[in-house]
Amino acid sequence: MRRYIARQLVQLVVVIIGISILAFVILHVLGDPVLLLLPQNAGKEEFERYRKLLGLDQPIWFQYWKFASHAIQGDFGKSWYADTPAFGLVLERMPPTIYLTLAGFFVALLIALPLGILSALKQHSFVDNLCTGVAVAGQAMPIFWLGIMLIIIFAVRLRALPASGYGTWQHFVMPAFCLGAALAPITMRLVRSGVIEVMNMEYIKTARAKGVDERMVVVKHAFRNACIPVITVLGLQFGQLLGGAIITETVFAWPGVATLTVESIRNQDFPVVQCAVVLLALIIVTANVIVDLVVGLIDPRIRVST
Amino acid sequence: MRLKWGVAAAAVMLVIVTSALLAPWIAPHDPLAVNIRHRLAPPAWMEGGELRHLLGTDQIGRDLLARVIYGGRISLVIGVSAVMLSATIGVLLGLAAGYFGGRVDWTIMTAVNVLLTFPFVLLALAVIAVLGASLTNMIIVLGVAGWPIYARVIRAETMAIRERDFVMAGRALGMSHGRIIFRQILPNLVSPIVVIATLQVAQVIVLESFLSFLGLGIQPPTPAWGNMLGEGRVYMLNSWWIAAFPGLAIFVTTLAINLMGNALRDWLDPHMKL
Repeated sequence: MRRYIARQLVQLVVVIIGISILAFVILHVLGDPVLLLLPQNAGKEEFERYRKLLGLDQPIWFQYWKFASHAIQGDFGKSWYADTPAFGLVLERMPPTIYLTLAGFFVALLIALPLGILSALKQHSFVDNLCTGVAVAGQAMPIFWLGIMLIIIFAVRLRALPASGYGTWQHFVMPAFCLGAALAPITMRLVRSGVIEVMNMEYIKTARAKGVDERMVVVKHAFRNACIPVITVLGLQFGQLLGGAIITETVFAWPGVATLTVESIRNQDFPVVQCAVVLLALIIVTANVIVDLVVGLIDPRIRVST
Repeated sequence: MRLKWGVAAAAVMLVIVTSALLAPWIAPHDPLAVNIRHRLAPPAWMEGGELRHLLGTDQIGRDLLARVIYGGRISLVIGVSAVMLSATIGVLLGLAAGYFGGRVDWTIMTAVNVLLTFPFVLLALAVIAVLGASLTNMIIVLGVAGWPIYARVIRAETMAIRERDFVMAGRALGMSHGRIIFRQILPNLVSPIVVIATLQVAQVIVLESFLSFLGLGIQPPTPAWGNMLGEGRVYMLNSWWIAAFPGLAIFVTTLAINLMGNALRDWLDPHMKL
């Protein structure tokens, strides 16, 4: 187990370094900050002065080193727009994003678990076909369009829910459903195939043979074991979930990191964009490592094989 | 069963592709023609709708049907070009990683892991923010960001094929690495490549629409499904159709491509795990 943890941590560090390089490259190699900062009619000396001021005349590896060593201490520079540290701005917007992600995750499980189990137990029945059909359609549904259609129906027509904003539980209903609906189809299919596979195992037959109640067989024996692949894949889907949250936020004007990122892109406020990208990526990577560890804990076969 | 759905989906796709190709001839109006007197006209079947504008008009009186048909061109061009780009990069790197192994493999797979942990959306947003939005930039960004999935699958397949007898035989006969990779291994990987590429086209179309929806992709007045949806959002209080139809177009296209991809996978290789 210790070796398994060590290997996970090494991988974590490598991926984080990779992400920081990516974030650095996007701003400093693809784009030229000076070109973005100064007005177009600025003179040549002006450019040179700014380049020196920002340390852009130094070799590229040194610039990266400066960026990375500051970033580790939470210093991503000042926002060009608001003139406050980018880190604080992003951190402030983090809670709504995390709440939305968790709420969406919860909704997805609420839809996917019962339907997935039901489909698996009644394989190839009408219910199963219906669920699979809805799942295939659901996977093709663009989240932002679903969000807008929900707003048109529930906020504009029925006036039942607020169209956008943040604060009360009513504000959570549509965004959480929207995000949950996006993740539910794949989760449902995973639960379904997981349960089907487990139901054919010897130990299920044994449990049945010794006369265990069918409900107990499903809940205690089948479901627990079917959870392992579901947890693994869901954990790895966390990045996608956060990506979905980004899309959902922009549709419902949710005051989270994604809305901030899009605003900052519009304002060309790159320190904030950079900081948001790195922090979001950090959360995803950490979540992935935690999932790997949890799965390794539940299922000893995994920590040996990989 | 799935095959039947796949054929139906292929037929739908054929209609979408043909209408996009023949847009100038079949579109009922010029997609850019403004007619302020007919602005916000509802679809033909609703009260106040006219047959001239089957799906109604937008906020400055442009015909929605024409714009949806033309919008398909943008989506399909970006979808197909970006996928060709990412498939090329991903397949080459996947072959290299799987065939050579060792340090090459480690480097490529680390890059794959880094890119896969990043949400695709976030990466695309960040890069577009710096490069600026244009058709070419969209294709490059979506193409370059999409390669890891190919690399991962192709690497695994290559590693399995590398151990097979015909590769051994090729090596014993003194074939070069390049010849073994492209003449012996690659032809065996056509099925997974085709399946992933098909499914990826749908992903790219959705992502492109989202970027355009945010105003960071294809810029108005050029009709793209995404920016039509974004513009329509402002008018959803009274004129729901402006946002509804472009979104429906994205949904139907994505669904058709997914169904086609699934059927293709079952048909080419039922054991394929993607």
